[in-house]
Amino acid sequence: MALNLIITGVGGQGNVLASQVVGKAAVKRGLRVTIGETFGLSQRGGPVMSHIRLSRKRDYGPLIPPNKAHIIIGLEPLETIRVLPEYGNSETTFVVNSWPVYPLNVIADEVEYPDTERIRSILEDAGGKLYWLDATRLAIDLGAPILLNMIMLGTLCALPDFPLQMYDFKDVLVDMFPESRLELNYKALEIGNEFITENEN
Amino acid sequence: MKGISQRSGDIHLLLQGNEAIARGALEAGVVFCAGYPGNPSSEIIETLAEAARDLPIYVEWSVNEKVAVEAATAASFTGCRAIVVMKQNGINVALDFLTNLTLSGTRAGLVLVTCDDPSGISSTNEEDARIFARIIDAPLLEPTTPQEALVMTTWAFELSEKIENIVMIRSVSRLSHTRTRVLINELPSFDPRPHFDTGLSFHTFPVVAKHKMRHEKLDLARVLFEKSSFNHYEGAVRPELLIVSSGCAWTYVTEAVDILELSDRVGTLKLGTTWPLPKGFLKKHLAKCDRVLFVEDVDPFLEDNVKSFGADICMEIGPKEYMGKASGHTPSCGEQTPASILRVLGRLFSVDWQDHAFMDKVSPIVKDIAPPREFGLCPGCPHRGSYYAIKTALAWDDRDGFVSGDIGCYTMGIWPTGFNQVKSVHAMGSGLGLASGYGKLDRFGFHQPVVTVCGDSTFFHAAIPALINAKFNGADVLLLILDNSATAMTGFQPHPGTGKTAMGTKTDPVDMEALCRSLKVDVEVADPYDMLSTAKIIYRNMQQKGPRVLILRRKCALVEGRERGFPYKMRVDQDLCLGEECGCDRYCLRIFRCPGLVWDKHAQKAKIDGVICVGCGICSDICPQRAILREERE
Repeated sequence: MALNLIITGVGGQGNVLASQVVGKAAVKRGLRVTIGETFGLSQRGGPVMSHIRLSRKRDYGPLIPPNKAHIIIGLEPLETIRVLPEYGNSETTFVVNSWPVYPLNVIADEVEYPDTERIRSILEDAGGKLYWLDATRLAIDLGAPILLNMIMLGTLCALPDFPLQMYDFKDVLVDMFPESRLELNYKALEIGNEFITENEN
Repeated sequence: MKGISQRSGDIHLLLQGNEAIARGALEAGVVFCAGYPGNPSSEIIETLAEAARDLPIYVEWSVNEKVAVEAATAASFTGCRAIVVMKQNGINVALDFLTNLTLSGTRAGLVLVTCDDPSGISSTNEEDARIFARIIDAPLLEPTTPQEALVMTTWAFELSEKIENIVMIRSVSRLSHTRTRVLINELPSFDPRPHFDTGLSFHTFPVVAKHKMRHEKLDLARVLFEKSSFNHYEGAVRPELLIVSSGCAWTYVTEAVDILELSDRVGTLKLGTTWPLPKGFLKKHLAKCDRVLFVEDVDPFLEDNVKSFGADICMEIGPKEYMGKASGHTPSCGEQTPASILRVLGRLFSVDWQDHAFMDKVSPIVKDIAPPREFGLCPGCPHRGSYYAIKTALAWDDRDGFVSGDIGCYTMGIWPTGFNQVKSVHAMGSGLGLASGYGKLDRFGFHQPVVTVCGDSTFFHAAIPALINAKFNGADVLLLILDNSATAMTGFQPHPGTGKTAMGTKTDPVDMEALCRSLKVDVEVADPYDMLSTAKIIYRNMQQKGPRVLILRRKCALVEGRERGFPYKMRVDQDLCLGEECGCDRYCLRIFRCPGLVWDKHAQKAKIDGVICVGCGICSDICPQRAILREERE
């Protein structure tokens, strides 16, 4: 059985890089891993979704079957509920950044962006565990909004039953970032990690 | 050396499907690589170009796909292994050469990779390029996973040399953009010694004899395919249903069979060599049961070919119930997904696989409150300025003018982000070809002005013949070359105008003004950030006759942001902005639609989103109150 993870958000949030970190760490640990990336017109504000499938035994296809996601990491609230009916189930764990990225049609006042508290309650009612955090704010406070993806990865490796640890991620970041930027990215991972451990009952 | 160009093998790397194809070519000792960028294929040439830093190979972005195949073929003719890469649309461009090439045959291994885009995730169509393998009589391989893509690519060179013809590999977006753990093998030594043996010749004459020879080569490939490990069967000895599948869709089939617990009841026939069909292998498995289901992306290619073969041997294997796209069991458009396969198998075996309770609970609520996310040009994009100037000029002119569009980021001019100005989009360079037709309709009383847009890379790729056509036939066309100095849509690959090649070598850029002037076509250059002046120039040109070119030149905002950054810090002076009282009805948000401008709910005025705005400054010119201020950055 695979562990099915979705990372969803919009173009520019570092989704593809985050899924690569998970993938590289998994390969280093000797796990089987498949990552399906959907990015289309992502650079132009479109949705980006990565399907990550981890297994000790076999390779899985690039798309998670309907309602089979175990963990959904939402980099953006609207994109998180968008994938809920198709991939979520009553036991899916959600970790969601509460900071919205407004679509152009919302800015133009043609459609309404759902109230983020409403999104939160829909996810809470879905049945599984929900971790809700203002991760973009934490990233800005740390130095730059782009650190969001590392904060969210930090939350991921603190989840019970997730097979990779923070040091696995740190280990692959060494090859992906110049040394000058490592410290900040490590710090971002730690902030995410602490958020989960502090909110774990 | 690390990563893709490391010489040692027997190591697991996390590789994308496209990277695996590139590594497979390197493991075959490829030395000449060519292609034209296009999603989802671009990373193959990019990966090879990166490898060219460490390995003695040659990699180029060609001006278009036809020239790419021709250039790669030259390497094959001189005894060097070569690969050529494109997206599905590219095969259309290269087809004229390919249909003749397979008659002449090749020498050293020559492999053509097409990356198709089922569902048109980043394409103008979802064309299935496999049909071209049949048209040109080339063997076709379809990998299912990145690991298989690597092995298949390496083997494709051997096959090409055995049959002395080009071999096609077909990937799809899902495979090209899948990353997985891939076992790499050792690289060979690269020792090309190109020489054209003048005792040989490569042409198509006599045509019928060469056509016959081409069929014999295909027959030879078929013999090799019969024993290929890329084809295999899994399942019961006497299954109730035989599923015939190829490509990425096969991975969904195997998982769906597991989920529905059907492994004792169905058999899965995976075909990796899909043209010509391995008839003996196929016959053996078709004889196993009376019901056959086809699962493939996009057209019924396997389905039609297997059914045709089934008719040929029906006296031996008996009648079958064939299910697939023709019968309506699988969708005839769009990509296959785990859901589409679960749906058909669930129905055939009466297994209820859906989580109804969960779906009923969340689906209606989410459908109700989640708006779609509109695509838009990036903050700072020069195309926004170009389209705003075009919109302004067409409004001044007031003769119901419109824009003939083309392929690139600026295709988004069909949507609100480009003010819905673009009224037609088809193939690379087609905007100007169409315009050269509109430009001859005045004799029949057609007087609507047409403005044609085309990007810089697209101009070199396919618009030049259309411009010559307009000049030759005296058509009234106004071509706006939206020159952002990049092939931006596909990831900033260099092109003939950028002064840099795929391998990073400096090269003399092709001067598009000089090129147009050599045709005695009037050329002007304007700055799309200066929207008012540009609108005036467009308007003036719209009143003139004959072919004219206006180059709207500004670097892609993503490149500019990386290289130098933008000069301004923008600010909305909320004392000047009148909000809902203005009467402009939020013009800057509703019409101009730059994601850097947002509504301040608290103040009920416009404001700048400091995280998104890059500081290009052009929105300052559209506010009727002049409330959007450009302030110099320190």
